[in-house]
Amino acid sequence: MWGRIYALIVKEMWAILRDPRARVILVVPPLVQLFVLGFATTLEVKNIDVGVYNRDSGAWSTEFVQRLAGSPNIRGLVWIRSPEELRSAIDNQRVIVAVSIDQRFSADIEAGRPATIQAVFDGRRSNAAQIVSGYIERIVGEMGASLAPASASPRSLSVLTNWFNPNLDYLWFTMPALIVIISTVSGLGITALSVARERELGTFDQLMVSPLRVHEILIGKMVPPFLVGLFNASLYLILIPFAFGVPLTGSVPLFYLALTFYLLALVGVGMLVSSLAQTQQQAFLGVFLVTVPATLLSGYASPVDNMPGWLQILAQANPPKHFLIVSEGVFLKAMPALDVLSNTWPLVIIASVTLTASAVLFRARME
Amino acid sequence: MEVGNMDGPVATAHEVTKRFAKDGPPALDAVSIDIVAGRMTGLVGPDGAGKTTLIRLLAGLLDPDGGTVDVQNLPAVDADHAAIGYMPQRFGLYEDLSVIENLSLYANLRGLPASERDARFRELLAFTDLERFRTRLAGKLSGGMKQKLGLACAMVKAPKLLLLDEPGVGVDPVSRRELWAMVRNLAGEGIGVLWSTAYLDEAEKCDTVFLLNEGKLLYAGEPARLTGRIEGRVYRVFAGADGRRKLLERALNDKDVTDGTIQGASLRLVMKPDVGAPRPAAIGAPADCRIEATAPRFEDAFVDILGGGPPGTSALAQAYRSIPQTQEPAIVAERLTKQFGAFTAASNISFSVPRGQIFGLLGPNGAGKSTTFKMLCGLLTPTSGGGQVAGHDLRKARAEARQSLGYMAQKFSLYGDLSVQQNLNFFSGVYGLTGTRQREAIGRVVEIFHLKDYLSVNSGTMPLGFKQRLALACAVMHQPPVLFLDEPTSGVDPIVRREFWTHINGLVEHGVTVLVTTHFMDEAEYCDRIALIYRGEEIAIGTPDDLKTQAAAKAGLDDPTLEDAFITLIEESDKQREAA
Repeated sequence: MWGRIYALIVKEMWAILRDPRARVILVVPPLVQLFVLGFATTLEVKNIDVGVYNRDSGAWSTEFVQRLAGSPNIRGLVWIRSPEELRSAIDNQRVIVAVSIDQRFSADIEAGRPATIQAVFDGRRSNAAQIVSGYIERIVGEMGASLAPASASPRSLSVLTNWFNPNLDYLWFTMPALIVIISTVSGLGITALSVARERELGTFDQLMVSPLRVHEILIGKMVPPFLVGLFNASLYLILIPFAFGVPLTGSVPLFYLALTFYLLALVGVGMLVSSLAQTQQQAFLGVFLVTVPATLLSGYASPVDNMPGWLQILAQANPPKHFLIVSEGVFLKAMPALDVLSNTWPLVIIASVTLTASAVLFRARME
Repeated sequence: MEVGNMDGPVATAHEVTKRFAKDGPPALDAVSIDIVAGRMTGLVGPDGAGKTTLIRLLAGLLDPDGGTVDVQNLPAVDADHAAIGYMPQRFGLYEDLSVIENLSLYANLRGLPASERDARFRELLAFTDLERFRTRLAGKLSGGMKQKLGLACAMVKAPKLLLLDEPGVGVDPVSRRELWAMVRNLAGEGIGVLWSTAYLDEAEKCDTVFLLNEGKLLYAGEPARLTGRIEGRVYRVFAGADGRRKLLERALNDKDVTDGTIQGASLRLVMKPDVGAPRPAAIGAPADCRIEATAPRFEDAFVDILGGGPPGTSALAQAYRSIPQTQEPAIVAERLTKQFGAFTAASNISFSVPRGQIFGLLGPNGAGKSTTFKMLCGLLTPTSGGGQVAGHDLRKARAEARQSLGYMAQKFSLYGDLSVQQNLNFFSGVYGLTGTRQREAIGRVVEIFHLKDYLSVNSGTMPLGFKQRLALACAVMHQPPVLFLDEPTSGVDPIVRREFWTHINGLVEHGVTVLVTTHFMDEAEYCDRIALIYRGEEIAIGTPDDLKTQAAAKAGLDDPTLEDAFITLIEESDKQREAA
């Protein structure tokens, strides 16, 4: 039996690796994706212009404006002289936010009364606006903090500490997530084509009349994409700390444990697509059909916890959702073994369900 | 220049050369042909001979590298394309459109005026007998009906030149005869017809034949003139069915014999010029056996022109193990039935094949022979009934049954993007050969099939003959007691086909049992027994000679060919069905 499986694995490896171009395609595009996606999906907002409508001429408003101008995220200030001008600056997207300082701002502070600053955000760019609002709040907070000892009046003061990612460097978040997303795309692709290619070229019958049992075919076909996935993920595991400076705080063996089951689940889904497809084209479209929702439901683009309940339930069946938690956890917060395991067992279930289903379909689709 | 001169040929190619790869051999090498109105012109040759290239040049789809191609006295590329009807290989039809929609589409493409359409469509549908299927999707038609629709589409605006690229491929003998009769009629109306084919029996019926092999024109002229060259050199040897394979081996090794095949229980031998009839002593036949001269066929002449067939001894068989013989049959089918939904693809098929025999499954496309074949090799699960292969029950011991059979599929179904060596490694490994045994088995077939120079070549890029050898090599490396062959030699030239059957005959003499499906009647002649499958039922079973005798009795034919028998028995079955 092992001789037969070995022969099949060698053949499948050749099928993937024989063409020099195919070898390049397996490694280079995922690496390029890592770099491009890593820098393209920046969650930081830099180089913004802020509109300032200053109706106060006191010292405190000047102090505030200077603090704004000094922020590394803010490129420039746009002076606004009327409410109409404010409206049009936002309307034309010249600024993402305009702060309006009340006439009595300095006077209120001097008198120890609560002083207010109005900030108008461009809601069309809600994500960026939220982040900018964070920046502004921080500047206001810092100014308030420097005032606090001198003033007795109540002020809402918050001191923010971001655990696990103290500087909120977005690369720390996106890089561990990209391991998941990119291995999903390439792993699904290779697996899904493997059976469909044979069906299309007519070699599948030849395979089915050989003494190979269905489970042997399944094992033989799973190993090569599994190894490719392992290779790519290992490459990222080395690159991400060294090239992008993201700390790897957790246990590498635990990461590999979860990765193994993740890849099995992935190969299972790919195999399911492959055994449903009659041609390579169908398999390819099938992969597309699976990859997009798998990415969206993974928590990479938006947190799964913010999704409606029924979608959260659906996301439980999505392998990347579970492995994303492990990957982020192992990288950033030295995830303990128990947490890794509690996010790995769903992968075991997904893998066994999909692989069993494709074994059944293998035969059923012949009839 | 006079256009549409009716006396000259409709189309000519003069010294045409076409190359696809710069350094490779030319696809066509200085080929000249004429297509004359009112005559059936045959373009004959094995796959890869250059037939399709020549047709595409005539249709103006390709530019020649050298020489000229003229249609109605204009270069083919500039010729009036409305006057050319071209029916490409593999149905140039839209499978998701109905019959009438396909016709309308072609009418639009060819600019047939709306006022003429109804009449023309009615005429074409009546002519092709497709009126009943007007609204059926083209994809749901049988192979023969698809070809008829393809023909109708090519005829939609009455052409002067009709180019048919292998219209007979994938079409069973009954439909092939109907299609031939239709096209023959068209030629009679003054259209120049080019019919390309790999079937040499079709070539025999053409008025003029152009014989291509590896891009070169081997013969041009009437088929009778070619067969005339070997007149008086073809004999049949009736020495009984037993031992006919051994006899053929000895005959082919005799220096006076250029070519030989098995025809039912007899041998068909082509002798070298001027040696006279075969002497029984020289080929080891019994001295009292009957030897009579017979009329040469086109295929005999074709093989002769190529320098004769291969020698009779199979190196593969010599190196093969002897399969232990028992009285137990090697293949048994017991009331095999397969239903797909409401459709019964095969119903109550029963037969049993003793060890060391060749059994043939024959039948039109879609008749159920492939379904039966697939059930026996474990690709399909029977709805009811059962079977055995080499003593292993198909339902209980599938994997064991599969281990004891070698399988060779209709199309080249090895891994084309892997090298020959990798294919051999894979198939030997999958059949459980490892280590020294694996190396020996691979070494053996590499030597026997002359694959050494191709070991690192992608198997998909090899010439067809070598692909076919590799496929056989992969099927027999583990020396199975049973071989399953699904149209094993379709498309290959007669020499490769003879070489193939020499191996098979040799293996059978070593005790191997063979199950074969085929469309080629000369392949069916090699079988010990044949089951004829039609509409999912086994309508006749027996030796090739039995079937011929049955047909001769039913249709009153004198010395019918196996194809005649095939057609008669099917027509008989249709009559019975109508009567019931």
